[in-house]
This record gives sequence, structure tokens and C-alpha cells, in this order.
Amino acid sequence: MPADFINATLGGLMIGTSAALMLWLLGRITGISGIFWNAISDSLNHQFSGTAWRWFFIAGLVAGTLLAHQIFAFPVPAPRDAGPVLTILGGLLVGFGTRFGSGCTSGHGICGIGRLSSRSLAATCCFMASGIATTFVVRHLI
Amino acid sequence: MNLTISLLLGTLFGTGLAISGMTDAAKVLNFLDLTGNWDASLAFVMGAGLCITVPSFYLIQRRQKPVLVGRFNLPTNNTIDLKLMLGSVIFGVGWGLYGYCPGPAISALVYFDWETALFVLSMAAGMYIAGKVNVGLTLVPVDSTE
Repeated sequence: MPADFINATLGGLMIGTSAALMLWLLGRITGISGIFWNAISDSLNHQFSGTAWRWFFIAGLVAGTLLAHQIFAFPVPAPRDAGPVLTILGGLLVGFGTRFGSGCTSGHGICGIGRLSSRSLAATCCFMASGIATTFVVRHLI
Repeated sequence: MNLTISLLLGTLFGTGLAISGMTDAAKVLNFLDLTGNWDASLAFVMGAGLCITVPSFYLIQRRQKPVLVGRFNLPTNNTIDLKLMLGSVIFGVGWGLYGYCPGPAISALVYFDWETALFVLSMAAGMYIAGKVNVGLTLVPVDSTE
């Protein structure tokens, strides 16, 4: 258990450092849902040059995860194995909600609160509360 | 130059996600399940992240401009409205159902599990649908000195 806390803290420090360097060097907020969606929509609109940095960031996300497991020999988590219905439903809700609510855990939680935005604080309280409530309903009431 | 930096920052972010445990959906659900066998460790991800971003963002925003580009590109909307709250609540429901938020879902693609690919595709579809729906109701106007 203590190892989990150390890993979570180390990971959080890396995530925060990445977001800080992004703002310092490129002047942008590191919100993954926004980066992901704008990369897709810009590319569909054939605007590749302005959005290339987003694809590079996304490639880095995947590469970094590979690195963590390869170099630090971090065990790969077990597959979620929820079945197609729950997977599609979960993905749709996460996608719809993060675009409708203008951000996710990184954009609102790490960066928005980081710049003391009351809007992001409100959003973070909403998704934390509904995430906790949903897990409670699924695990203890159904 | 900027593309290389994006790649490196993404790599740092992705390494952090994997090390923190956020790419383990079951662990995330154990974190959200307060009344079960609660795994509190993931609270330290956001906690540690904020320890970096709060002070550094404050200092960085005092600059005239970022180091490598001409100007900061920051959100300008300061209104806490129904759209923000409703969207965030819906996101939380999806997160609590499956255990992935967008970053970890994309990172976890590297595990080559078909379910994760389906999740990310569904996420993109959900984002597309969100662009077709509109709600306009301001709940709390916030002072724009943010």
C-alpha cells in the first residue's frame, strides 16, 4: 500500500511538471480531452499544421506509458473487461461530458484549479461527486 | 522545436499517468468507491500535481508571454453555467462506470486491449455529439478578474 502512495505522488508530480512546462514554454493548458478533440476535429477540417502539436502530445502520452512499463518495469494493469455495452456507454458519457463541460481531470482538475479558476473548481467538484456517486450505485445498490 | 517539446511533455505526462496508477481502471474505481475497500492513493495524483501547478502557474502567468510562442492561449470563459456543471456531472458518471478519464484511456491504448480502443472511439463519438447539443443557462456569473 505505501508504494501505491509513493507512485501516485511521483506520477502526480510528473503530470504537474508536464503541465507547468507546457504553460511556460508553449503558453497552453494541458487538458487532454480538449487536446484529443481538437486534434480530431482540426484534422477532419484538414487543418493539420496548427494541430500537429496535439498529435505529438498524444503520441507522447502513449509512448510515456510504454516507457513506464518498459523502463521502470511497472506491471501492466489487468484489462477492465467490462464488456462492449458498458465500454461504449462509459466512453460516450466521458466524451460527451468532457466536451460539454469544457474539460476533464487534467484540464479542470490539474490546470484549471492550478490557475485558481472558480469555473474549474466547480467542474472538478461536479465530476468527483458524480464519479463517487456512480461507483456507489453500481457497487453497492445494484 | 515546438513539436518535439509537445512530444516530450506528452511522454512525461503519460509516464506520470502510468506510474500513478491512473491507467488501472479497477484501481480508479477503488478510489472512487469511498464506502468499499477505499484506495486513497490516487488522491495524491491530483494533490501532487496541484503542488506543482498552483505555484508555478502563478509565477508563469506573471510573464508577458510564454518562452517559445508569442502569447498565452488560455480559456477566457469565467461563467459557471449549467453547461459546465451538467457536462462535468455526465463525465463523472462515465468515469465512475468504467474507470477511465480521457488521459488514461488514451495512454492505455498501448496495452492493446480492444476494449480500450472501443472506449476511446466512443469517447470521440460522445465529443462529436456534445457539439450538436446546446444548453444556455447561467447559474453564477463570476467576476472576470480571474
